[in-house]
Amino acid sequence: MSNYQGDFNVPHHGAPEGPIESMWSDYKFKAPLINPKNKRKYKVIVVGSGLAGGSTAATLGELGYQVECFCYQDSPRRAHSIAAQGGINAAKNYRNDGDSVYRLFYDTIKGGDFRSREQNVYRLAEVSGNIIDQCVAQGVPFAREYGGLLDNRSFGGAQVSRTFYAAGQTGQQLLIGCYQALSKEIAKGSVTMHRRHEMIELVLVEGEAKGIVVRDMVTGEISTHSADAVVLATGGYGNVFFLSTNAMGCNVTATFRAYKKGAYMANPCFTQIHPTCIPVSGEYQSKLTLMSESLRNDGRVWAPKNAADAKKDPADIPEEDRDYFLERKYPAFGNLAPRDISSRAAKEVCDEGRGVGPTGLGVYLDFEEAIGTYGEDTIRARYGNLFQMYSKITGEDPYKRPMRIYPAVHYTMGGLWVDYNLMSNVPGLHVIGEANFSDHGANRLGASALMQGLSDGYFVLPSTITKYLSKAKPGAVTTDHPAFVEAKESAEARINKLMSINGSRSVDSLHKKLGKIMWEKCGMARSEEGLKEAIQELKELKEEFWSDVRITGTADSFNMELEKAYRVADFIEFGELMCHDALNREESCGGHFRVEHQFTDADPEVQAGTTQAGEAKRDDENFAYIAAWEHQEGAEAPALHKEMLDYKEVKLSVRSYQ
Amino acid sequence: MSTTLTLNLKVWRQANTQDKGKFETLKAEDIPVDASFLEMLDIVNEQLINDNREPIHFDHDCREGICGMCSLNINGIPHGKDSGITTCQLHMRKFNNNDTIWVEPFRSKAFPIIKDLAVDRTAFDRIIEAGGYIDVRTGSAQDANSLPIQKELADDAFASAACIGCGACVAACKNASAMLFVSAKVNHLNSLPQGQPEKNKRVLGMVRQMDSEGFGNCTNQFECEAACPKEISVDNIAKLNSSYTIAALGEAAGS
Repeated sequence: MSNYQGDFNVPHHGAPEGPIESMWSDYKFKAPLINPKNKRKYKVIVVGSGLAGGSTAATLGELGYQVECFCYQDSPRRAHSIAAQGGINAAKNYRNDGDSVYRLFYDTIKGGDFRSREQNVYRLAEVSGNIIDQCVAQGVPFAREYGGLLDNRSFGGAQVSRTFYAAGQTGQQLLIGCYQALSKEIAKGSVTMHRRHEMIELVLVEGEAKGIVVRDMVTGEISTHSADAVVLATGGYGNVFFLSTNAMGCNVTATFRAYKKGAYMANPCFTQIHPTCIPVSGEYQSKLTLMSESLRNDGRVWAPKNAADAKKDPADIPEEDRDYFLERKYPAFGNLAPRDISSRAAKEVCDEGRGVGPTGLGVYLDFEEAIGTYGEDTIRARYGNLFQMYSKITGEDPYKRPMRIYPAVHYTMGGLWVDYNLMSNVPGLHVIGEANFSDHGANRLGASALMQGLSDGYFVLPSTITKYLSKAKPGAVTTDHPAFVEAKESAEARINKLMSINGSRSVDSLHKKLGKIMWEKCGMARSEEGLKEAIQELKELKEEFWSDVRITGTADSFNMELEKAYRVADFIEFGELMCHDALNREESCGGHFRVEHQFTDADPEVQAGTTQAGEAKRDDENFAYIAAWEHQEGAEAPALHKEMLDYKEVKLSVRSYQ
Repeated sequence: MSTTLTLNLKVWRQANTQDKGKFETLKAEDIPVDASFLEMLDIVNEQLINDNREPIHFDHDCREGICGMCSLNINGIPHGKDSGITTCQLHMRKFNNNDTIWVEPFRSKAFPIIKDLAVDRTAFDRIIEAGGYIDVRTGSAQDANSLPIQKELADDAFASAACIGCGACVAACKNASAMLFVSAKVNHLNSLPQGQPEKNKRVLGMVRQMDSEGFGNCTNQFECEAACPKEISVDNIAKLNSSYTIAALGEAAGS
């Protein structure tokens, strides 16, 4: 059993009792309201301007609050939500194929390998339909059928077609809709936008979140901002691996600073490795590019049956020598098996020496059959921009030759712990979108990240934040408070310390080193031995970083190296926290695969045919809980708190996609 | 063909907005042909840092052609010489060994240079704030399928909405006109039924904001379309001109 003792000292999740179907309406009815005249007196800080942050800033602005919104990019329109390709789920059942709120709820819980909180997930499914209505009203140009109604496609882990899309640019179109809503509020003066400003510290006043410290990335000026509540919508931490599909600037600093101030970090080891990315081609590589899951609607994944064929031209490998391994292993879901399962299947094939491409770390995603059936034009209309991206990066033509793909870090399910109000254990600190942990358990289903970001931002947080605000006296704290002065000084001291090291290593070279440790020891397969080694190596890396990093330029100017250094310093410590979480969780579930915990031929479930040898083996008896970690200054390891998962609706079962 | 390249870079270096700026000659060595243009700059920057010099500053984020943040003028062409791509999607296999490459920021009076190759494009945000949206409150929408929209119309709106707001159109234009950017947004929203109630207000507001930001006039050279990474059509500009005229006449007539 785990060496981390743990207690149950987590605040109650705050979801009301009663039937799940009416829980959210009951909650809203009972939640305190703030009258329109009083709303004006409250100020809310929103950090991040992606789908979650942008939509909540716009909606809070519409409601009458004073909103201050911050983003590190040069415009809120550039947040990384923009890169989401395939689509957004909603339980509209426009296809009449048996979809419902309950089915979306169930699929999401099961897809998350039974490690998410039922109440939050049900609410997500419940408001999913409203998101589509809202976006269409904003002018988001979703794909339509000839009859003029909205089109749908299928995504992994579901047997219904509930994904709405705009070619391969769904995230972009949703974010532009959200950015336009935000722009409308900026024009009205209800939202003040701070571009190229990065949050570097959270400010607590008497234990409650009342503001932030930010750095102006152009002038280097450090300033403090106070508010009645703080909302973090700062995305995920995939860049802890250096190589991921995240944008270059995505970082953990905002949430990690909050963690250091006492906010619990929940399930940080739950990271999603996406099966279909363009494989790594060399050391110089700065990021990985996703090829949307939607491609698996028409593309067939295969590898050569014989390792001897791995280096052959795919056209020279006859049909009978190809292994369509997803179709073989998971006949019910086939190429649309969920991400964690598909990724592991691809890794297994490569581990067996059957991987393709120059590095041997790749499998084929083949459109030959689909092009034969529907014609090249139809395939171009469905995925044109993705095929173009692929050919620009690789120099190969995917209409003629199957794509080569390999799993890559894509999304992080873990994040700051929040209750049903989307508030962390630190009063006043709210966390939404990918930055929180709540909805996707141990594995997120495709097309659900956009849904969660917009659900939290447009529909949930603007209602739940009143629970905290109604108890707070508006404008009670200003930046004159000593807590702000102190937080600013400590952030400045940290920057000065970084600038004074004057070592020999570039930030990127140390970030790459971090990425290697994380990918090898806390990536697709994790073991007790590897994780223990990783924790040791990360401690050494932290020391190396703080004694040998080189940051050129000055702190009081635009300085890319300083920005990166500030982020990487946090990533290194955060990596250690991830390893502790992975070490503690002695089971395999979703994206978290502990090699010691997998089904073998000796297991009755395998003999009964419910699952197969090598699949993830969950341990519900000992690990059906959310691991919420609390920072302990100076201690060897963080403190573990457990929120037990109390499933009332869904029966825990072996997750089968056969 | 060799798998790495040696290149002579002429890079624009400018400490801040006030600085005059100048070209600096840098050698880029051992550049893999499969690297992207920005990865080539990463390699050069790593070398600069090793030599204890400040790296070349440039804007970038998603590195997959969709965020619109990267913005380099490469040998005089915004996003470089390849069609339908952003700077981050330009790969070094498009260059030859010993090429000289001129790297500059997007240049326009309305896009002041912040440092080296990074420019301030907030003028685009202010144009959107002047009407580039549909004023619909969260929660007030009807069921999405209660408003059927012809597929062709939706596809056209999507083609205009594909703009990533990078500013290549401005950088490519000898007049630094923002007409392609503005027209793409106006047509995206004004062509849809949801955008009708505010269509006149939208086009007037956005065009006037564009003028006040210091962008130049369009003289139909269509360099913008050639440089656009999302291949937004100049037909949008013709449609913008006609909707602007209708709106302005309506305004003059007091309707």
